[in-house]
Amino acid sequence: MRQEIRICGFGGQGVITGAVILGKAAAVYDGKIACQTQSYGPEARGGAASAMVVIADGPIGYPGVHAADVLVAMSQEAFTRYAREVKPECIIIVDPDTVFSWDIPHIVHPVRSTKIAEELGNIVVANIVMLGALTALSKVVSREAILAATLASVPARFKELNRSALEAGLEAGTGQAA
Amino acid sequence: MSTYRERIRQALGGKVQFVQGDDACAYGAILAGCTFFAGYPITPATEVAERMSEILPLLGGCYIQMEDEIASLGAIIGASWTGAKVMTATSGPGFSLMQENLGYGIMTETPCVIINVQRSGPSTGQPTLAAYGDMMQARWGTHGDHEIIMLCPSNVQEALDLTIVAFNLAERYRTPVLLFIDGELGHMRERLVIPEDGEFELVDRVRAERRAGYKPFEAGESLVPAFAPFGSGYRTYVTGLTHNEQGLPRTSSAPIHDQLVRRLSDKITTHSDDIVRYEAYHTDDCEIAIVAYGLTARTCRDVVDEGRRRGIKVGMLRLITIWPFPETLVADLAKRVDAMLVPEMNLGQIVHPIREAVEGRCRVKLLAKIGGDLHSPHELLEALEELRCQPR
Repeated sequence: MRQEIRICGFGGQGVITGAVILGKAAAVYDGKIACQTQSYGPEARGGAASAMVVIADGPIGYPGVHAADVLVAMSQEAFTRYAREVKPECIIIVDPDTVFSWDIPHIVHPVRSTKIAEELGNIVVANIVMLGALTALSKVVSREAILAATLASVPARFKELNRSALEAGLEAGTGQAA
Repeated sequence: MSTYRERIRQALGGKVQFVQGDDACAYGAILAGCTFFAGYPITPATEVAERMSEILPLLGGCYIQMEDEIASLGAIIGASWTGAKVMTATSGPGFSLMQENLGYGIMTETPCVIINVQRSGPSTGQPTLAAYGDMMQARWGTHGDHEIIMLCPSNVQEALDLTIVAFNLAERYRTPVLLFIDGELGHMRERLVIPEDGEFELVDRVRAERRAGYKPFEAGESLVPAFAPFGSGYRTYVTGLTHNEQGLPRTSSAPIHDQLVRRLSDKITTHSDDIVRYEAYHTDDCEIAIVAYGLTARTCRDVVDEGRRRGIKVGMLRLITIWPFPETLVADLAKRVDAMLVPEMNLGQIVHPIREAVEGRCRVKLLAKIGGDLHSPHELLEALEELRCQPR
């Protein structure tokens, strides 16, 4: 089974870091096959950024996303651009403080990742909040794997902050799961 | 006290990792025994240099950031003559600058590995995007008659595995070996399992054994001369000029030039069975064969599966060794199929040696794509459907 996940927003929000952690969770900690790619502009911050993860049980051919099973959008521009490239049953998660309009037939799960991260003390973990919500809503990776991958990917002094962000995201996602 | 191989393991980290194609090339080099890297950073190859700059100092190796790519290849050629296994990494603009020293490496029979993480050209083109536009430059970029060895992996694991192979071929045939990936594969992360020692072959260049009467460019049946590193007490001359077996310039003798340059070519072409690697996927009964390489071949594998579901008898020949070109392999396939589809992330380069090998025995359709996007499964399937509908 092949699952395609896209995390998008603008440069600086950690969408690529989020995708790398997700891929690592699948490939290293869940023992699946995973492939992560990205596209971004030449700007370090502010340009449109999109990161893709394909998770499968066998070899992955085409490494890109043509119709996402899971879409996480952290900016209006990214949402508008990528909400078209999704499957009918796609799980869509947006930050309602940065994505204002989502007029599509899909069920959209709003998760206030930026606000939650701010309340935890640092806006940079908004991407990790989203990873928590994505894990709770989509189950593309296990909770154990996403926690292990997150902690293995951040500096020691930020481990607790990231753990809290992940847990907050898992809780926000669980509250909305069908 | 841990052994060198144990220290390599420690330096590379966990057995299972989620890393980029560039990282995998660096890891492969370290596992192959590379102790010297000189390079000039360039997108999308910079991560190869980054990893080498982190790992080599831990192992007592040497990393040098050079002033440019001409000097980078010059430095590794010099280091190779001390007996070290050496590598550099670059992208198209840097590979262009390396052409002069690439020929020097071939003429002086210097083992070395060059990684090219291709981006679009000409010139500085599209730095962050994928392309396979340097395939023919690899073959004929440096002047004069010569053969070259080039490998093209399709995924991150293979980038590691084939970098080891590249070192082994460089050592065995005493020649520069090219490993080409692209910006997408270079920056793509996948599961990488670091192989154990014993799970892969390690080759060292054949060393000179007798100082008396030693001629640095005298080759026996293997066509590869025995190597004596600088500083080991042997008298060795090294020049890019046409030279005799002693290594001394002999620039106006037709027989000496003919003998030398033919031997340099023959040592590659007569060993093509050892050098050529490929993967055949559902080619036994196929009517249409996709002939692909590198990143594109991944998508083609999906397309073969989907094509078969639609009742198209399609298979794929994935070229792993591009140079020397596996002419017999392609010619044999051409006898058995109606058509070949050649998708390339350039305006048509490897389609030329393919057509030459096919000699009109089947139709050959090029599906060229440039600009940075990969071939989509959809457009490949469309091309297949078109080929199926065309009369023979």
